[in-house]
Amino acid sequence: MHPELAFAIEVLIAGLLSGVMYSLVALGFVLIFKASGIFNFAQGAMVLFAALTFVRILEMGVNFWLAIAVALAVMIVLAVVIERVMLRPLIAQPVIILFMATIGLNYFLEGFAQAVWDADVHGLDLGIPDVPWMSLLDSTNILISLFDVWSAVICGVLVLVLAFFFQKGRIGRALRAVADDNQAAMSVGIPLQQIWAIVWAAAGLVALVAGALWGQRLGVQFSISLVALKALPVLILGGFNSIAGAILGGLIIGATEKLAEVYLGPIIGGGIESWSAYFIAMLFLIFRPQGLFGEKIIERV
Amino acid sequence: MSERQFGDAVLSFDNVSISFGAVAALTGISFDIYEHEIVAIIGPNGAGKTTALNVINGVYQPTDGTITYKGEARTRMRPYQAAAQGIARTFQNVALFKGMNTLDNIMTGRNLKMKSNLFLQGLYWGPAQREEIEHRKAVEKIIDFLEIESVRKTVVGRLPFGLQKRVELGRALAAEPEILLLDEPMAGMNLEEKEDMCRFVLDVNDELGTTIVLIEHDMSVVMDISDRVIVLDYGRKISEGTPEVVRADQNVIDAYLGVTH
Repeated sequence: MHPELAFAIEVLIAGLLSGVMYSLVALGFVLIFKASGIFNFAQGAMVLFAALTFVRILEMGVNFWLAIAVALAVMIVLAVVIERVMLRPLIAQPVIILFMATIGLNYFLEGFAQAVWDADVHGLDLGIPDVPWMSLLDSTNILISLFDVWSAVICGVLVLVLAFFFQKGRIGRALRAVADDNQAAMSVGIPLQQIWAIVWAAAGLVALVAGALWGQRLGVQFSISLVALKALPVLILGGFNSIAGAILGGLIIGATEKLAEVYLGPIIGGGIESWSAYFIAMLFLIFRPQGLFGEKIIERV
Repeated sequence: MSERQFGDAVLSFDNVSISFGAVAALTGISFDIYEHEIVAIIGPNGAGKTTALNVINGVYQPTDGTITYKGEARTRMRPYQAAAQGIARTFQNVALFKGMNTLDNIMTGRNLKMKSNLFLQGLYWGPAQREEIEHRKAVEKIIDFLEIESVRKTVVGRLPFGLQKRVELGRALAAEPEILLLDEPMAGMNLEEKEDMCRFVLDVNDELGTTIVLIEHDMSVVMDISDRVIVLDYGRKISEGTPEVVRADQNVIDAYLGVTH
């Protein structure tokens, strides 16, 4: 293969792979937004909290899978506690109040995570080697990290499972119903509290997986909570209440981010990877504010 | 009309009061609702009618007094618990799930009837899928009954108000309730739509034996379809009885004509 072309494909694939991870984080936001109309500002802190819990349990010498199970259990307990002490007393309050509450939750979790565990950088080894995929490199001259491929597979599977779980049948319908009208949902017997606890637990699972994968790359430390910021342009692109949008939006953002960095970067002086996604998001806000698949708001006059 | 048969009191208010801060919304209200009857709650604006309905289905907790439902004094409860015990309702301003279609809206009413495992539900496998189909059949019956086949797949936010009210009734019926609470089911409807709605209410009561408590402002409707009428004014019960009795009650006439107390 022509080396230029191979390189372009390499960049595109790397972008798409990291995009799958953005989709996963975005899905955490979408689920909570769909179920309660809240933009969960604390998603990043949940990533940090989950990853720190996981890595510290691992460091105690606990078996890998057991550590995952315990960390997941902690996230589920956290979801139930959040529902009980934060969301339930705020039922029927304006959305902005709940949003403010998640800001508070964000700072609480950040501090709490680092107080319970510590604020050091912890190396994390998931047992997936971060090395080039040799057979692909030999045959096509395309350099892709095995770790990226594996994390994309893990995220992809999780995204599909969650998307399916929350879109089909009773749970999907209950979720959409709760999102649409809290009061009416309760009147037909949908327990709001239970649905909220379920979506927050799902968001906790997403946070754990994202935190672990990013944790291997960057080390588990405060800065992985910023990963959640990567999901923002994805959400704007995909629409806050669309699961399909989160998936496609993640891929688009991942790919354009990398392509822009490589091909557009040198022209305007480089370093655009960190903000090009936000630029795309801004264009979307101007021309298609409801996102790719977001529900268009129809106002009867 | 043939002689109508009613059962025992299924729901009783005994001296129920509720206040929000310093505002008393209901004061010392007592009444019984009997099985299979159609009861209308009427009264001028702000009389506390919707509040009474909200207390029945657990949106508000009474500050004072006792509510007895099916022979048991009720403690603090939430709307979904009321739903689980067989109380379904519609809302004054229509509280449908506007982004969902007619079918899905009515399917949510079956939520409590669905029993299969959460994870099977999520994966949509085996028993969960069979269950879904079975409930779908029940919902199709309701859709036929309410004559809304043509809008089965329409997103309800796009439907005219009259049809939305019908879909909302369908969602409440899907739960197969023992008590159906209707908050102004005919509001904002033209004559033809009102006649349809009256027919549905009477049919539900007649064929399924559902007890119906409704709030309505259209007096001709109230007098036509109700077995009994409860009149509220300023949060107090000022009259109760058959339509004929209530219509002749001087208290009621005064309340509606605005005689100073």
